[in-house]
Amino acid sequence: MSASAIAPAPRPHGRATLPLRTRLAMFLRLLAMQGSWNYESLIGNGVGFCVEPALRLLPGGVHSREFKEALARESRYFNAHPYLAAVAVGALARAELDGESPERIERFRTALCGPLGSVGDRLVWAGWLPFCSLLALAVFGLGGGPVLVIAVFLGGYNAGHFALRLWGLRTGWNNGLHVASALGHPVLRRGPHLISRIAALATGIAIPLALHRVIGPGRVLIGGVLIAVVLGALLIVRLHQRIEGWRLALAALVAFALFSVAH
Amino acid sequence: MWIDLLPVALLGGLLGLDTVSFPQAMVSRPLVAATLAGTLFGHAVSGLLVGAALELVALDTLPFGASRYPEWGAASVVGGAIFATHPSHPPGAMEMSMVAALATAWIGGWTMVKLRERNAVWAARRREALDAGARGAVIELQLLGMTADFARGALLALLAYAAFAPLTTAAIGTWGTDARISRAVVVTVAASVAASAAWKIFHGVTGARWYFIGGLALGLAMLAVE
Repeated sequence: MSASAIAPAPRPHGRATLPLRTRLAMFLRLLAMQGSWNYESLIGNGVGFCVEPALRLLPGGVHSREFKEALARESRYFNAHPYLAAVAVGALARAELDGESPERIERFRTALCGPLGSVGDRLVWAGWLPFCSLLALAVFGLGGGPVLVIAVFLGGYNAGHFALRLWGLRTGWNNGLHVASALGHPVLRRGPHLISRIAALATGIAIPLALHRVIGPGRVLIGGVLIAVVLGALLIVRLHQRIEGWRLALAALVAFALFSVAH
Repeated sequence: MWIDLLPVALLGGLLGLDTVSFPQAMVSRPLVAATLAGTLFGHAVSGLLVGAALELVALDTLPFGASRYPEWGAASVVGGAIFATHPSHPPGAMEMSMVAALATAWIGGWTMVKLRERNAVWAARRREALDAGARGAVIELQLLGMTADFARGALLALLAYAAFAPLTTAAIGTWGTDARISRAVVVTVAASVAASAAWKIFHGVTGARWYFIGGLALGLAMLAVE
């Protein structure tokens, strides 16, 4: 993030807190951030949609020139991880209500896209989601019923999901254009690495247990399947650049189905 | 079968919406979506079984940025619903449910790309209003995108279920492979994809392979104890 984007600036009509109703509206809208995702502005319109309740607090309200200019600015191209975009929404709301200059806000928006995307991808998509998924699969493999398995997955995943969005909104609002330092939070810096290790552990536990539950008892069959899984995984890793694993799975299952029907 | 179409379409719409648009709480993950579809037909455990197999495959496709990926919400509803309508789990039922779900996920990914292109067209039509900071245009565009996404998921689930449910029944009638062998093939394929996906995700993390080996030893020890 560039130094000019985070340098202090005067706050002509700054406010210390947002009304609860506004914060609630912003949080609920964050859940629909990607509602109009498209290849032109990505989540830009979503950011405008989420910041809009706060912009109503600008002098003159929704009919003022300030409101319209701010909303137009915030609805332009933006890209970030959808959960960590909450940081941007909070910070941009603060910047607009503090009366920061449009140029500074534009620079800040541009500077924020990269970090919020890469940190979120590593923390959530490559860490927390597979971890929660594999944990739930391990519970399934240990005999957990539908309610328990779903509760473990959705409860665990969304505890992190909602906490991250709430933290992002609050941190963004509290820090405004100075929010870059908050992205050095230990959870964001060390979290992805730690979660990846635990997820690797969960993978090792979950796969044999889950496949045992689906197939049913029988050591010889399980042993054969485990060897086949190792060979299959090696094959998919080798073919990684050429074909995705899930497409290969579809092709293999279609071939097997045709064989079984014709047999 | 026709009476099943409406609930399948509604659930497909809701869970298709969760994939990206709202609220992305991962209710659309196969483990949850297929189980919910199974519950709809009174056989939650059937949904859970096929959901677990699909979840292993879905580990290969995490929703990174603007990448293109299969849509698991509506697809898992189709897979879970088809498997749950064969509660005695005859040979071929799980394989065909998996094929139905994976094919639907593939088509679903394509429909998501088309929807994103459509969203861009709708945004372009409102460009003047958006540039003028019109509150109505921003909100309308957001609601339009979400409504279209719901409709996309519902229609996809409806058509896929209508196509694959009779195909599954027909395939089960002529299925010639033993039930346990058939299931073993399904989990071998699914677990191979999951293991390779785990390697892709974690191989760059220091020490992750030792954690994986440790976990594998623990998982195998648990199996041995059973």
